[in-house]
Amino acid sequence: MNLTELTITQAHQGLLKRKFSALELTKSFLDRIKERNKKIFAFLTVCEDFALSQAKKIDDLLLQKRELPILAGIPCLIKDNILVKDIRCTAGSKILSNYTAPYDATVVKLLKSQGAVILGKANLDEFAIGSSGEYSAFGKTLNPHDFTRVPGGSSSGSAAAVADNLCVFALGSDTGGSIRLPASFCGIVGFKPTYGAVSRFGLIAMASSLDQIGALSKNVEDAKIVFEAISGKDELDSTSVESKISNFKFQISNLRIGIPKEYFIKGVDPAVKKIILEAIKKFEQMGAKIKEISLPHTKYALATYYIIMPSELSANLARYDGIKYGKSEIQNLHPPKFSKKTLAGKKSKIKDLLDVYLKTRGKGFGDEVRRRIMLGTYALSRGFYEAYYLKAQKVRTLIREDFNQAFRKVDVILTPTCPTLPFKIGEKIKDPLSMYLSDIFMIAVNLAGLPAISIPIGKCKNLPVGLQIIGKGLQDYKIFEVAQTFEKIAHE
Amino acid sequence: MISKKEVEHIAKLARLGLSQTEIKKLGKDLSSILDYFNLLKKVDVSKVEPTSHSVLVKNVMREDEAKKENLDDVNELVAAAPERRERYIKVKAVL
Repeated sequence: MNLTELTITQAHQGLLKRKFSALELTKSFLDRIKERNKKIFAFLTVCEDFALSQAKKIDDLLLQKRELPILAGIPCLIKDNILVKDIRCTAGSKILSNYTAPYDATVVKLLKSQGAVILGKANLDEFAIGSSGEYSAFGKTLNPHDFTRVPGGSSSGSAAAVADNLCVFALGSDTGGSIRLPASFCGIVGFKPTYGAVSRFGLIAMASSLDQIGALSKNVEDAKIVFEAISGKDELDSTSVESKISNFKFQISNLRIGIPKEYFIKGVDPAVKKIILEAIKKFEQMGAKIKEISLPHTKYALATYYIIMPSELSANLARYDGIKYGKSEIQNLHPPKFSKKTLAGKKSKIKDLLDVYLKTRGKGFGDEVRRRIMLGTYALSRGFYEAYYLKAQKVRTLIREDFNQAFRKVDVILTPTCPTLPFKIGEKIKDPLSMYLSDIFMIAVNLAGLPAISIPIGKCKNLPVGLQIIGKGLQDYKIFEVAQTFEKIAHE
Repeated sequence: MISKKEVEHIAKLARLGLSQTEIKKLGKDLSSILDYFNLLKKVDVSKVEPTSHSVLVKNVMREDEAKKENLDDVNELVAAAPERRERYIKVKAVL
């Protein structure tokens, strides 16, 4: 038995039946990480000692024949924009390369309380900004299915690690597809919960009205187990809400599936379209009712998103000022450190507070982060606020309303997760708009705050294709039910 | 096309120290992205309320009571500051 291939339930059963110890389980992952991470670079930090000591504790509990929660002893990986106390947390950025988390995120606290073993921190696009994993300041993650291709972003390391058996499951965050896109590109399951269903306390904020933490896993059941563990109202996040436990009696013959005509347009890779349509046909043959629906404001979603997200991001990233924590140019105050070169290449010393800000931020942020900070600052600046930010918030209402209308007629909506197959490294990095288009089928879901999952549905030339299932707000559990059924049908 | 002066103004508002080459490049990038946003001009939103949060939660309150924090945690937060003296965070002159 290869321990690194197990799902959560299989690993849990193995621990209970003493087929292997928690220490053996963790060690087999640590060995595999040592061998594989040099190549695919999914981990930014491996916390070997911490993981081993966590695993030992679980073995002690097993010896005492205590009942164990399902995640006890299960090795997992945390995206490096989620805080784990006393462990470095970089958000994939130079500006936080020296930052150690002083406390646990609520989701981490919840995982630890079950006894999950944290193996390390996952690589990501800087501040979770990017669709390919290429924007990490520490180096890019590779797609385990094809090393010449991107794993998708921004939860690049989380997805690649699950696909490459470097952890059982991983946490990621999704602002405009950052869990679902890499899950699709790496051939695994990625779930973005309803906005607010999971506490964001301890998640390094990108765009606060869109960010949500969720799981990347080997199958739908695992995604559900992790969601059960991390979801719930948290007094430290006032936007958090309780997701409804579903009593959804599920029979595929009663299921109404919506297919939005705006999502099957030209621009979708024919190979992707074919695989998705074949899957939908299978569900229809099993008795599901397929309905064509319309989400008329879909064509405005990308523009709306690329105003709201950078606006919120520019405000959130204002906190990296070189004063409170993280990398700072303030030390250049002191002789003899004057000789450090500034961006412009001239030798200069820090003059005043403004200078500390300009130099710290000018040096600490990568190109794409700067581009979006500039875009957001522009959209929020005097004279442009109404034309951009306020307008986008109003169109956001129309996009939400589209989904509300649709969910009167259907139970779930199906779309491709991404219009293309995993693309080549370097292919889109020069052209920001073409990179942004990768997220086009996912961002409306974040704007409307809905739950959605990407499940692997087929392959084209060894490259995975993901199917996105979108549900009504707070019906996270219903999505799991539907996704588990589809998962079974698709692999029959 | 967004002017060089405008880019410099925005960079200052954003507190980003940028080189001249970068200002030129960002001007081009921003212009093409802003052109794309013109698409939204076609949408009639005259009777639409803005959405700031997708899940409608309102006025989440708690009792206005100071919570006792662990002093070690507080010290750890202060210790993260790049420049400090004792338990104070040092800042360069504002003016």
